[in-house]
Amino acid sequence: MTATDSPPTAAPLSAAALTRRRRAASLRRNWALFRSHRSGLFGLTLLLLFVLLAVCAPLLVDPDGLDLTKATGTVLQHPTQKYWLGTDDSGRPILTLLIFGSRVSLFVGLFATLISMVIGTVVGLLSGFLEGWGARILFRITEWFLVLPFLPLALILATVLGRGLFNISLVIGITSWPATALLIRSQALSIRERPYLERARVLGAGRWHQITRHALPNVMPMVFANTTLTVAAAILTETTLSFLGLGDPTRVSWGSMLDSAFSVGAITTGAWWYIVPPGVCVVLVVLAFTLVGQALEDVFNPRLRER
Amino acid sequence: MSQVIASQPAPPVARRKSYGRYVGAKVLGALGSLVFVLVVNFFLFRVLPGDPARTLGRDRLKSPQDLANFRKEYGLDQSLPHQFLTYLQNTFTGHLGDSLRYRVPVSHLIEQRLWPTLLLVGTSTILAMLLGIWIGIVGAWNRGRTFDRTSTGITLTLYSMPEWWLGLLLIAVLGVGLGPLHGIFPTGQLHSSDVDVTSLKGVLDTAWHLVLPVTTLTLAYLAEYSLVMRSSLLDEIGEDYLTTARAKGLRDVYVRRRHAVRNALLPTTTVSALSFGFVVSGAITIETVFSIPGLGLLSQEALSTPDYWVLQGTFLVAAAGVILANLVVNLVYGLLDPRVRT
Repeated sequence: MTATDSPPTAAPLSAAALTRRRRAASLRRNWALFRSHRSGLFGLTLLLLFVLLAVCAPLLVDPDGLDLTKATGTVLQHPTQKYWLGTDDSGRPILTLLIFGSRVSLFVGLFATLISMVIGTVVGLLSGFLEGWGARILFRITEWFLVLPFLPLALILATVLGRGLFNISLVIGITSWPATALLIRSQALSIRERPYLERARVLGAGRWHQITRHALPNVMPMVFANTTLTVAAAILTETTLSFLGLGDPTRVSWGSMLDSAFSVGAITTGAWWYIVPPGVCVVLVVLAFTLVGQALEDVFNPRLRER
Repeated sequence: MSQVIASQPAPPVARRKSYGRYVGAKVLGALGSLVFVLVVNFFLFRVLPGDPARTLGRDRLKSPQDLANFRKEYGLDQSLPHQFLTYLQNTFTGHLGDSLRYRVPVSHLIEQRLWPTLLLVGTSTILAMLLGIWIGIVGAWNRGRTFDRTSTGITLTLYSMPEWWLGLLLIAVLGVGLGPLHGIFPTGQLHSSDVDVTSLKGVLDTAWHLVLPVTTLTLAYLAEYSLVMRSSLLDEIGEDYLTTARAKGLRDVYVRRRHAVRNALLPTTTVSALSFGFVVSGAITIETVFSIPGLGLLSQEALSTPDYWVLQGTFLVAAAGVILANLVVNLVYGLLDPRVRT
């Protein structure tokens, strides 16, 4: 029966080889689809650029520029040959702060998303596959968390837990999982009714087997597309929390730069180089994640493809 | 024979709840959410890691006597269920504790600060809804044309922007002025300090002060509406009933307005209900940037002290507001679309 797919002269392929071949084919197909989205490609390029910037930060600029005690410039200096983007209120070069700030944004964005994805996927799959009270309670909890106004809650959590990169990620992760959980739940509900899962159940598959072997691989693409969109939201939240003074006080991030710019009155003194670049960076990174996420959603969700 | 069968009422396929039962279920759900918020609010501050008295008191409570007094004052020496009951009783009678910073009851502060926030957020939400939905409709109907591509680009950029940063830019350009150009609008505050807000001059002055913050928030909120409206209208555009409507000879405007948009508005309503939480965060940051004395600025100021009871109170009000707004949207939705009452 398996020989019908391959030429009759070739030896029948093992199951693992078939799987590998099928996965490679679907990867190629999806990449071709993704490439057809010009905005998605633009986002991906932008994203790679920022990742490169974050990874190579110490090679591009001198980390001493972050040290308050080693600041070489004068206060709020205009952009010059030496300081391409001017200096901040303690004489540090803005460009250095900007490049190192990308590390904080990307780290918090990715780590918070990881937390939110794990909670969201587990709760979503369980509430899709459990029956009776378990499912109902999980669904209610998701709904309750969904209506919690998330910035006030994040403010409280950040005040209670203390300030730090890990805590900020935790706060964002805890407040942003319900949307993912609802998405995964609706997917799980539809997967549960499909014939191949009915077949698995008839063959005696337990709930655990159904979830881990059938549902999870099936929702993973959706999770992946959703992840990219969540990173965008997480980076925005990190910036807002840092702007409100709840960021990690020991690290420079784009949000904390804007916070100090605002509090030293960079707006009234016209120090645009202190306000514009960090904001532009935030917009570009968030836009990149959003565009990539939308393109991925298109690739993995055929229903949207006509758009 | 066939007539007899035809005259019998068809068996109901899926029994649909009456509107009354739908309202009941939704109200119960909202009450459930409210109870959850109350519980969260209680435990966030009482089951802090470590000793609540120490954390809440920060460094001001040095001696064991101070700590004991603090525990007694806030009822922390009692059992957890007892504390919870006291907390419920206090919350329902409007006793939200005293602000550590202002030394007045939190409920008074909230009462004072509620109206500026409602004015700011209400105006911006309505404007954003109207403008966003309009942009979404025009964009989807002329999909791929210049308007669509420009508006999608602009809304996506606005969507990726921290709303307070946009506010900062607007202040810098239109409030302070750029280079030789002088600013036109005030850079902050709800109104000038020397006017009577109830007089006509005061109302105009307040409106003038609100131009920049309302513009900022409208731009920040409208992206969500226009993107959702655009995609749900695009979902409808391929449908057969639109072809039928056109085949009937209806003009394009009618097909759009009477058929497509009506259906596409439904998903937009749901999504807008989910974005009320986002509306609250916008209020916090924009009030901070424009120093408008509302609830948002109140909670932002409470961060530095930290003024726990104020944070707790504003969180409670914000959560209750979101739940209420959600309930209203759900009830309206049930009225508009009987299909959801299953």
